[in-house]
Amino acid sequence: MPTGVPIEFARLTKSFGNVDAVSDLTLTVEPGQVTGFLGPNGAGKTTTLRMLLGLVQPSSGTATFGGTPYARLASPLATVGASLEAASFHPGRSAHNHLAVYAQAAGLPKTAPAAALEKVGLADYGSRRVGGYSLGMRQRLGLAFALLGDPAVLVLDEPINGLDPEGIKWIRLLLRAMAAEGRTVLISSHLLSEVQQTVDDVIIISHGKLVHRGELSSLDVSDSKQVQVNADDRERLAEVIHAAGYTVSNLRSGILVDNAEAAEIGRLAFDAGIAVTALSQKRTGLEESFLTLVGEEGSL
Amino acid sequence: MRFFAAVHSEITKLLSTRLWWVLALIMVGYVALCAGGLAAIFGGFGTTGRGPAIPEAQLPLLIFSFATSVGYVFPVLLGALAVTSEFRFQSLTPTFLAQPRRTVVLGGKLLTLFLAGAAYGVIALIASIGAGAAVLGAFGIDPLLGEPDTWAFIGRSVLAMALWAAIGVGLGALVPSQIAAIVIVLAFTQFVEPLLRVGASITDWSAQVGQFLPGSASDALVGASIYTSISPSSVALDWWQGGLVLAAIAVIATVIGFFTSWRRDVS
Ligand SMILES: Nc1ncnc2c1ncn2[C@@H]1O[C@H](COP(=O)(O)OP(=O)(O)OP(=O)(O)O)[C@@H](O)[C@H]1O
Ligand SMILES: [Mg+2]
Repeated sequence: MPTGVPIEFARLTKSFGNVDAVSDLTLTVEPGQVTGFLGPNGAGKTTTLRMLLGLVQPSSGTATFGGTPYARLASPLATVGASLEAASFHPGRSAHNHLAVYAQAAGLPKTAPAAALEKVGLADYGSRRVGGYSLGMRQRLGLAFALLGDPAVLVLDEPINGLDPEGIKWIRLLLRAMAAEGRTVLISSHLLSEVQQTVDDVIIISHGKLVHRGELSSLDVSDSKQVQVNADDRERLAEVIHAAGYTVSNLRSGILVDNAEAAEIGRLAFDAGIAVTALSQKRTGLEESFLTLVGEEGSL
Repeated sequence: MRFFAAVHSEITKLLSTRLWWVLALIMVGYVALCAGGLAAIFGGFGTTGRGPAIPEAQLPLLIFSFATSVGYVFPVLLGALAVTSEFRFQSLTPTFLAQPRRTVVLGGKLLTLFLAGAAYGVIALIASIGAGAAVLGAFGIDPLLGEPDTWAFIGRSVLAMALWAAIGVGLGALVPSQIAAIVIVLAFTQFVEPLLRVGASITDWSAQVGQFLPGSASDALVGASIYTSISPSSVALDWWQGGLVLAAIAVIATVIGFFTSWRRDVS
């Protein structure tokens, strides 16, 4: 069983002309857990991962696997498995041959392509030309390439994109199992909700800069609580709540009360003899705190 | 070991898509048609005594040399497409992930295509000799297949085709855009170079320069060509000099291509 090594970024920077795609990124991704690498479109996720994999030359700084740059790994595919967002295959080649080409270049066993296809559920489609593959099948083939050398480190750019619900569940279980075995798993996404159930740890970047690093729970800022409530006599309900010192605003289907607990608002209505028709506690979601972190302007 | 793995991988790349046999098939048809057709014309006129002044002893090699004189464009295309398709389909990403040493990958490609070009040479010669000898034989002309000269010619032709495929690799690295590379190959080999060669043969000093054109160098290496028969030039390189010129073009183009496109960021 390969044991994971940490991924280390140190002052990693990349500019394309006057666009600072990645600025001064310093962090470590630990083995044994799934780390989500998040940021809106154009945040610099792909550029960071390509620098890590030796495909893009950093302007300055380093990205290594336990101190060793990708290009100096003794057997790269057997150490790091990577799949990047771009569909990188010749459409006229079969999936099996596609994998065989790279297994041979990396000196992996002859059985590696078939084993990788089996792992991602493409065993029956191995002899088909990749050009005819659906988006989800291509995504799985990209993952098969990553798994080819049974690597200790997995680096996946947007692996969930294009998968159906069943596929998402499957990849979630696979990644969790790999992390549980002690491997290092780093996956990128531009949607927190997409990876929310998969990751233990999150790294959030925006405009090429690190904006948040921590456990997933650290994002759950539930200090601003809201209650949504409704009654037949909505106006009187609003007056009663307002009189108790709360800030209220009107929704299409009720009243929104800031900084309140549902139990307290329910009691107020009960005391005033108002029958509520709806009452629910709203918490600021992860996605909202994510959006707050990456900035109001959102993507690009 | 690492280099051997790269060559192994490149051979699989080449053989796992349709391109190699589609190109080979067209080459066989084209070369056989030219060789057979000209054998019929020369053989037919020769027997009626009104033929061009080509001695019967030179006729077989001239006809067999269609393998290279018209066939050389196919190994060039094969080599160029082997490189440009990596850019076009973004397969440089997995290629460089499997082997991050980019010199090893390009070197492996160069050797692989050199071997594939040699194989194309063998196929093209089977086509030109098969069609040419059959037609010559039908007109009662000895195709001279047992002569040592013929076999030396065959060896030099295979080498020429191998070098042409290597030139294709260099061109692909220099011009990574697939469409642009194809247009350049076709325009240069079918139009620009033939014109330059005819033009260069007009004066002595231009003929000195013209002998270094890749097509002229290739004909010098092979030792027989329809072009040199049509417009015999006052000067020509020795066969080994022709081979060196082709090898130099292949190596220089590949090295420049390495620095201009191969070493770049893959994104
Ligand atoms: N080769 C390149 N040349 C110029 N600019 C580039 C290049 N590659 C990326 N960029 C720029 O760098 C920035 C970061 O791009 P990157 O692809 O890394 O973002 P991303 O986080 O992966 O976005 P997405 O979620 O859309 O995939 C963008 O502004 C992009 O336009
Ligand atoms: Mg991206």
